[in-house]
Amino acid sequence: MSQLVVLPWKQSFIMSYKSIRARFFRSLITTLTLVLAVSFLAFSQISLDIADEMLASGDPDLHRSLLQSGYDITPGDTSLASSPKQRWIVTLSLLVCVVGIINAQLMSVTERFREIGTMKCLGALDRFIVRIFVLEAAIQGLAGSVSGAVLGALTAFLGALLRFGTGIIPIFPWQTIFLSSALAIATGIGLSLLGVLYPAIMAARMQPVEAMRVEQ
Amino acid sequence: MTEKKLIVRVTDVTKDFDLGKIVVEVLKGIDLEIETGKYVSIMGPSGSGKSTLFNMIGGLDKPTEGKVFIDEVDIAQLDAYELAWLRCRKIGYIFQTFNLIPVMTALENVTLPMTFAGTPNEAAIQRGMELLKQVGLEGRHSHKPAELSGGQQQRVAVARALANSPAIILADEPTGNLDLKTGEEIISLLKEMSDEQGVTVISATHDYKMLNVSDQVIWIRDGRVDKIQERDELEINTGGMSS
Repeated sequence: MSQLVVLPWKQSFIMSYKSIRARFFRSLITTLTLVLAVSFLAFSQISLDIADEMLASGDPDLHRSLLQSGYDITPGDTSLASSPKQRWIVTLSLLVCVVGIINAQLMSVTERFREIGTMKCLGALDRFIVRIFVLEAAIQGLAGSVSGAVLGALTAFLGALLRFGTGIIPIFPWQTIFLSSALAIATGIGLSLLGVLYPAIMAARMQPVEAMRVEQ
Repeated sequence: MTEKKLIVRVTDVTKDFDLGKIVVEVLKGIDLEIETGKYVSIMGPSGSGKSTLFNMIGGLDKPTEGKVFIDEVDIAQLDAYELAWLRCRKIGYIFQTFNLIPVMTALENVTLPMTFAGTPNEAAIQRGMELLKQVGLEGRHSHKPAELSGGQQQRVAVARALANSPAIILADEPTGNLDLKTGEEIISLLKEMSDEQGVTVISATHDYKMLNVSDQVIWIRDGRVDKIQERDELEINTGGMSS
């Protein structure tokens, strides 16, 4: 047994990519859950960043508009914290998103039982199967999170412009906004990977003979 | 066949399926020896344990008792890694339902086992094209399984099974989902490959067309070997296929 059983990364990537393309509509829906959750996360974070910056600017006009748009500021505050309620809503939306991803990935595994079994008969190791699923989730996670973050940031900008006028453009905290977006993207990818973990392990543990037994 | 070399040896294999309340004895002690290069058919009514025996030989399932040797290696002793290696290098599988990967083209389906075996990409593609040509699918390499007929899909499956030049081809009812004529074509293709490349073909079937090309027929009945017939002992003439 000198030769090993291998699956190069490049091949795994190609296989994952093809798999996504073949089930594009389904992937799109899975990704959409992620887009929405991540954009909500990015939106609330970036809105807060902007409001924070307005507060820090010390401009009384901006303070007034902040108060008018519903932010609670007491004199002497230097930064705004997101309210517990807001944090809860964001957390819940992320949780719902993970459950949605797990559901979609489980369906995808069930649909591909025979494919997975066949690959195992051809000599695929458990970790090849896990790798293909994880790569798929990573691609979906990246695409979904980036578009979600962009969507969330745009909504936050537009919302701020509509509420506070163009006068706030000069004080936009670009660096903080960028950091918040990056954090939202990382969270999104993390959630996507978290969601695929159980389905992928389930797929990999399946015995090839069981896969053959599935009637279609 | 100047010397008899065994490729598969099954000794006193039993297999029980535990269904919770009852335990079903599917195989009740099977002894078998299969020689290299032969075309062997395993015949038997459905429920006779044919498929179960078949899965044992293919290393897809482990016996409850007894031993299965492939090339004198006890497959029960192999770990997951070695089993994968065995499936990849030593055994080619052909299924009743073809089981091609739907998202891959014919060529990619054929090259997949070679990828697992570590064959460089160019070499795999070259061999894949040759194999597709051998099974009569030249020019169809970029088609997806859904764009091929049942017979053509099974041809791709035959090419895939041959990809890593295995010692054994295991075909589980390879003609079960095909019409008479296409089935015959697949059978003669398998026979041809067995003759040309010296690969041992073991096929589970209840297709009597298979008998004409078989060197040996193993009849399974009720979880036991009923009888083993060599080619010259076969009297049944099913017609339709001259060999």
